[in-house]
Amino acid sequence: MSKYDIVIGLEVHVQARTNSKMFCSCPNKFGQEPNTMVCPVCMGFPGVMPYPNREAVMKTVMAGLMCGCEIAKFSKFDRKSYFYPDMPKNYQITQYDLPLCGRGGVHIFGKGFSGNDLPDKVIGITRIHLEEDVGKLNHFSGYSGIDYNRAGVPLMEIVSEPDMCSADEAYAYLTALKQIMQYADISDCDMEKGQMRCDVNISLKLAGAKEFGTKIEIKNLNSFRSAHRSIEHEIVRQAEILDNGGRLMQETRGWTDERGETYLLRSKENAHDYRYFPEPDLLPMTFTDSEIGKIKNTLPELPEQKRARFVATLGLTEYDAQVLTQDKTLSDYFDEGAKQAKSPKMLANWIITELLRELNDRNIPFEKNPVPVGHLVELVELVSAGTITGKSAKEVFSELFSGGKTPKQIVAEKGLLQISDDSAIDKFVVLSIEQNPAQVKQYKEGKTTVIQFFVGQVMKLSKGKANPQIVNKLLKEKLDQM
Amino acid sequence: MSIKIENFTIHEAARLLEEKKISSTELCKAYIERAKKLEPKVKAFLKLDEEDVLSQAKASDDRRAENRKLGQFDGIPLAVKDNITVKGQTCTCASKILQKVVSPYDATVIRKLKANGFVLFGRTNMDEFAMGSSCENSAYQKTANPWNINCVPGGSSGGSAASVSAAEVTAALGSDTGGSIRQPASFCGVVGFKPTYGRISRYGLIAFASSLDQIGPITRDVEDAAILTDVMCGRDSRDATSLPDTNEIFSEDLGGLKDLKGIRIGLPKECFEIEGLDAGVRKSMEKSIQVFKDLGAEMVQVSLPHSKYAVATYYVIATAEASANLARFDGIRYGNRMKADDLLETYLETRGAGFGDEVKRRIILGTFVLSSGYYDAYYTKGQKVRTLIRRDFQDAYRKCDVILTPVSPTTAFKFGEKSDPLQMYLADIFTISTNLAGICGISVPADIHENGLPVGIQLLGPDMGEKQLLRISHIFEKNRAIKEFIPGI
Repeated sequence: MSKYDIVIGLEVHVQARTNSKMFCSCPNKFGQEPNTMVCPVCMGFPGVMPYPNREAVMKTVMAGLMCGCEIAKFSKFDRKSYFYPDMPKNYQITQYDLPLCGRGGVHIFGKGFSGNDLPDKVIGITRIHLEEDVGKLNHFSGYSGIDYNRAGVPLMEIVSEPDMCSADEAYAYLTALKQIMQYADISDCDMEKGQMRCDVNISLKLAGAKEFGTKIEIKNLNSFRSAHRSIEHEIVRQAEILDNGGRLMQETRGWTDERGETYLLRSKENAHDYRYFPEPDLLPMTFTDSEIGKIKNTLPELPEQKRARFVATLGLTEYDAQVLTQDKTLSDYFDEGAKQAKSPKMLANWIITELLRELNDRNIPFEKNPVPVGHLVELVELVSAGTITGKSAKEVFSELFSGGKTPKQIVAEKGLLQISDDSAIDKFVVLSIEQNPAQVKQYKEGKTTVIQFFVGQVMKLSKGKANPQIVNKLLKEKLDQM
Repeated sequence: MSIKIENFTIHEAARLLEEKKISSTELCKAYIERAKKLEPKVKAFLKLDEEDVLSQAKASDDRRAENRKLGQFDGIPLAVKDNITVKGQTCTCASKILQKVVSPYDATVIRKLKANGFVLFGRTNMDEFAMGSSCENSAYQKTANPWNINCVPGGSSGGSAASVSAAEVTAALGSDTGGSIRQPASFCGVVGFKPTYGRISRYGLIAFASSLDQIGPITRDVEDAAILTDVMCGRDSRDATSLPDTNEIFSEDLGGLKDLKGIRIGLPKECFEIEGLDAGVRKSMEKSIQVFKDLGAEMVQVSLPHSKYAVATYYVIATAEASANLARFDGIRYGNRMKADDLLETYLETRGAGFGDEVKRRIILGTFVLSSGYYDAYYTKGQKVRTLIRRDFQDAYRKCDVILTPVSPTTAFKFGEKSDPLQMYLADIFTISTNLAGICGISVPADIHENGLPVGIQLLGPDMGEKQLLRISHIFEKNRAIKEFIPGI
């Protein structure tokens, strides 16, 4: 039993993937030349007005529904004021007291990032609101530059309840959120592109105490790994202070990956007064039950539902299902293949043990997987029908990576058709016995495991094409007769 | 052909252009000549580019010659208040902070006016960021009232009102946040019309107070006001607060009323109890009431009990919105940036040098009323009172069709006369509640005060009640004792 209870809540920002920005028609596009995806509206030029992006509002409502949130019947935008050069208007259009989505939750379970089992629990979501992203500052020697391409990109803020008790739980929650966003096609959640960002709120209290401890915020964590590390670090740091009789002050801290430490950004006394007030340039939004119902009907399967289906109807293990649903593209890939495959379980095995390993070895993200699922299904069928041996299948599989050809074409070109004809295999069996009298002697002396040696020899002679079961059968017959 | 330029209107110009009795070039030249003569005294324009005006006029004449005119108003000059953006032009809001900032786009109203062939005739002076009632808050120049150059033209659209009054241009655009079209129109003896909030797109109007701002015309007569409203109004996808189209044509059948029989005109009792209501203005009101009575209108007393809180409410809500609206002027993306050691100093120096005193006063006030701990006492309460003011009007319109009030407690005052900001704020007492309620209102010249200055009356219509309001204003205009309001400049 540890001395302290750890209380963690997360604020996660997710960019909605939309055609255009939140309040203008500029493309919502990452990785372009600085200040090329801008217009008078997202640059905050004099006289412009925001016009809201329906797609972004819909995606936020979808995100809420996917997380089981209540959807507001009446919602509005507000202005949040503070001066900073990355914000073109020096106020951000966001949502203050009437967010689009209210209470919901996200389920976490299974193995945690550190390898320990996670408790099976629901992390509460307080709210999800929609706002506009700000620009990006780049500091050079002697001056700073601002890129407003990101300014005005639709950004959802997902605020959790303080329901997490460890870095592993936080990591699992982030993973689950990311899965949901990807599944519903709401966001790609590419953290390297800043499409998903995370702030951590963490406090320690004496085990069992009712009152929360002093909350410390860690800002701008740009990977799940950093979030995990920063929490572990902060738990130790805060515990040390408390152990030494010190007191914590409410503050905002930053995180450096290099040093693996948090550092003070600002204390509570320097907190901003954001002077929120309703955005007078935009009308409030209203939703009827039937409108919400319509959106509900378009929702895709949740990762959790998909996992359950894979286990129940496709005969996968819990482990297989979890691996195959961790990524939307991957789960779609398997789902598509499972429709064609005679044995979805065998397909799953091939994906998990061969395809994912190969992609990992070659450092290819799943989105760039060059093997069409139809090819993989065909390969699995060739193996299970006995047309090619497992050994040949591996050879075919690595050919699939070079692309283009179907497994059947590769098998034909390479002459990999499995030899299942007894008389053809018999020649190789006889040859292997003749060439290896020493091993024959060992076998006769009772060392029957040496049969594997003969199998190897036969496979070598047959260039891997001999049906291993028949090889085994014939070898045994021949050797036993001697 | 010679025209009586002192009292020339859009509808007359349209007729003469149509009959080929005048060309746009002749018309614009006549105004330019007049402006050259009068501007040294009036100073209504911040910018008037003769070459640009004449090239637009020539383009219009060419279109008419080639039978591809852009409608019946093609070639008619119109001045634009310097807070409405025109692509390629500066739009200063009469502020130093926007001195050299060129607009990269056309306001929606400008796009519509251009599509109808109007000639954009210079940019008019105003109170800085439309904050003021006298035009004295311009960072550049003081515009004079053409009726008496020692007097202010009113504000904030003082340059627009003075330019039309002095007949330096046929008509002008203004913006009205708390009376900024109607009050200067009254001071200068011209018509000023503020349509219902949302009737005309605000896209391209540099915001002062977003929930109150409305673009509108300043014209020689009611018909011109109706014509320009027809051209400019309509739903705009770029302004989320713009109202749906109603497909009414305000200038059509404008003179359809033979009399005002069956029309009830509401007189809010509170308006006549105002301290500081000038006796001459009161007398002009009484004369106007008689005109309405003679036309057969029924005068009914109504009550707007919360109007006494209108000025206070306005200065909470308008300044709150302004404090955020004006935050973007920081010299980072456009405009002058003052050299400073760090970011905070850059903001302080740039904004300190760029804004005038009244603008700073209102930003500070607005920042205060939104700050934590004060928000509920000021902003929330202000919004509640605003709802009550709106309800007052809804109640009143159950008893009457339009409401009649003075526009301002006095005629145009002298420069420097209202140096106390609070005195200046009170000059808008009759106009401010219109904006808080979002309804439409018009200022129509009614009389000439014994001091020689014009006096206007204000008629207020309900939400979307423009059509009826304009028809009633039009028949009043035709029946008032003084037919023409031409300043002696």
